[in-house]
Amino acid sequence: MPYEESTALLDEETHEAINIDRTKGDFVFPERHKFDAGHGLSAKTIDYICDVKNDPQWVREFRHKALQVFLDKPAPTHWATKDLENIDFDRIRYYLSDGEKPKRSWDEVPPEVLETFERLGIPEQERAFLAGVEAQYDSEAAYSNMKEELTKQGVIFVNSTEGLKNHEEIFRPWFGKVIPTGDNKYSALNSAVFSGGSFIYIPKGVKLKQPLQAYFRINSESFGQFERTLIIADEGAEVMYMEGCTAPKFETATLHSAVVELVALKGARIQYVTVQNWSNNVFNLVTKRGLAMEDAEVRWIDCNIGSRLTMKYPGVIMKGRRARGEVISIALANTGQHQDTGAKMIHAADETTSNIVSKSISVGRGRATYRGQVHIPRHLKGCRNNTECDALLINSNSRTDTYPAITVRGNRHATQHEASVSQVSEEMLFYMQQRGLNEGQAMSLAVNGFINDLVREFPMEYSVELKRLIDLEMEGSVG
Amino acid sequence: MSLNIHNLSATLEDGTEILKGVTLEIPQGEVHAIMGPNGSGKSTLSKVIAGHEGYLVTGGNVTLDEEDVSDMSIDERSRAGIFLAFQYPSEVPGVSNANFIRAALQSRLPKGEEIDAVAYYKKLYSKMDLLEMDRKFTGRAVNEGFSGGEKKRNEILQMMMLEPKYCILDETDSGLDIDALKIVAKGVNAMRSPERGILLITHYQRLLDYIKPDQVHVMAEGRIVRSGGPELALELEKHGYDFLKEAAFA
Repeated sequence: MPYEESTALLDEETHEAINIDRTKGDFVFPERHKFDAGHGLSAKTIDYICDVKNDPQWVREFRHKALQVFLDKPAPTHWATKDLENIDFDRIRYYLSDGEKPKRSWDEVPPEVLETFERLGIPEQERAFLAGVEAQYDSEAAYSNMKEELTKQGVIFVNSTEGLKNHEEIFRPWFGKVIPTGDNKYSALNSAVFSGGSFIYIPKGVKLKQPLQAYFRINSESFGQFERTLIIADEGAEVMYMEGCTAPKFETATLHSAVVELVALKGARIQYVTVQNWSNNVFNLVTKRGLAMEDAEVRWIDCNIGSRLTMKYPGVIMKGRRARGEVISIALANTGQHQDTGAKMIHAADETTSNIVSKSISVGRGRATYRGQVHIPRHLKGCRNNTECDALLINSNSRTDTYPAITVRGNRHATQHEASVSQVSEEMLFYMQQRGLNEGQAMSLAVNGFINDLVREFPMEYSVELKRLIDLEMEGSVG
Repeated sequence: MSLNIHNLSATLEDGTEILKGVTLEIPQGEVHAIMGPNGSGKSTLSKVIAGHEGYLVTGGNVTLDEEDVSDMSIDERSRAGIFLAFQYPSEVPGVSNANFIRAALQSRLPKGEEIDAVAYYKKLYSKMDLLEMDRKFTGRAVNEGFSGGEKKRNEILQMMMLEPKYCILDETDSGLDIDALKIVAKGVNAMRSPERGILLITHYQRLLDYIKPDQVHVMAEGRIVRSGGPELALELEKHGYDFLKEAAFA
């Protein structure tokens, strides 16, 4: 059948597109690490990391305890993909750094690190529209800076190590409280070996007009990146945080396992934007959750384009009355990729509202999975949830699965759930091609149309990047 | 210079014969009309010319200004100058009309060249004014929630923006009320030019009251059974297709 032939061709093209796409992030510099924890994970590894980082005793204990939890917990393959078994924890290096403190000026950053972030456009973005940037290279931040006026307002934006040492009184009460060590095997792993990531505190009533951004870069092979982020927005504060990430395409698998905890106190608002563009040998196993107190709002705006396997279900615990939680998510799974994403909404107070909008695109033999959990207990009243998940299948061998679990007890709540699966029809393609677009361009336009309403939720600078990435994924070798 | 359809035969994937040797030449500067009963192969002819992959060409060919298009893909044929106004245009959810037409124009430019946005919108608005289309139309998703008349007008708008060498209009008049038909005809007539050939596929004479053809062809059972001047359409209107078929196969 001609249609199958042509889509097979597209598959080939999109396959090549992956290589084109990676040219931006696919480059590597020789390692020059002063500190290398070596391969494999044991109590010794933990001590090595603690010694290098000069961790306080409570952190050392926290890490050792977490290691035990990690070792005791089996991989969740009873519900998740068996591909998790292919992670060889003994072949991964858990800590790599050059032993330098993060620099406040790009001029002081080592040349190859600077070149890395220049190529990724980070300093340019900082000048253009960011309030502050942290740029992490393997295990530690190479650069970290924030606009001076924010420092004067009492805003804290540092890496996790500085956070726990210099701001213990704010850091410690919330650290590991939104996501306990034992939440899952990979949050336990992160708790054992975490390094880097951001600690942010926005004082009462301070509303940041520009976003803060973190960029996570993996440069070394057989390495695991385990950043740990904690963001606290005090009463009435507002912040938008954006993260991006890339890695070169290595022969061996790379592991990225972050833990991100958000705390929005009374009336505060946190928006967390992610554009994940890992190369497709990265296992991306991330735990993200926010706590929203009275009248507070936590929004996760999440886009997953790269990686071999992403498992990520950003969540919001709505603990205070009228708290709001939202997850807006876009996932694109190409051949060799599995995007297993979703959302968790835990209603724990009256009149709390949650909204989930998830759109996934499966290309070639790519697989997209949506897993949702919405929990509204009987004793509450006036809670609302809206869940929409739409899947677009590009090829006949693309795959999508949806596992929505909505538990609503009692009759004083309102929930709504919609799901759809669609395909780019042969007739739609014919129509677009008849106007002069080649097959890749036509697909790309159809995909952009599918996610258009969600792309608008991303800051403009990111939505442009997002469209570009999707075009590259879809257009193949079209020149 | 012409769009030349030479002894064209085509089947469905299952082998069903639809076109059985169609020969037709549409020279630049002329408007031709194909009429014929339902199922005669008129729409298939337009799709095969455009390169639709659901049909298998089993004989003959199509040349565009003497260039054989047989090995050209759908989009290559489009960029070479063949435009098809669809009888049932597809919806493209989430893609605005302005972006869609822009992408189509962009596909005609050499790599690295960008469309001038100001000039683009100026042209778009002038064509929309001619077709009496509301400005809000540019922001709406392609054909999504459009009435039948809006869809057909949108096809004409795209045609006017792309300025193809050869236009094929597949039953553009069907489902249009008389006012909409007049507007569509105004658009098509504005496209008439010594450098452009137009092929109208229609079931009814009505359209030809507003767009005067140079030649009329009658298609039945996958063949052109009769060709003549505009008077042929009137004759058909009077006697119906049965009369013609009888005449042709007598």
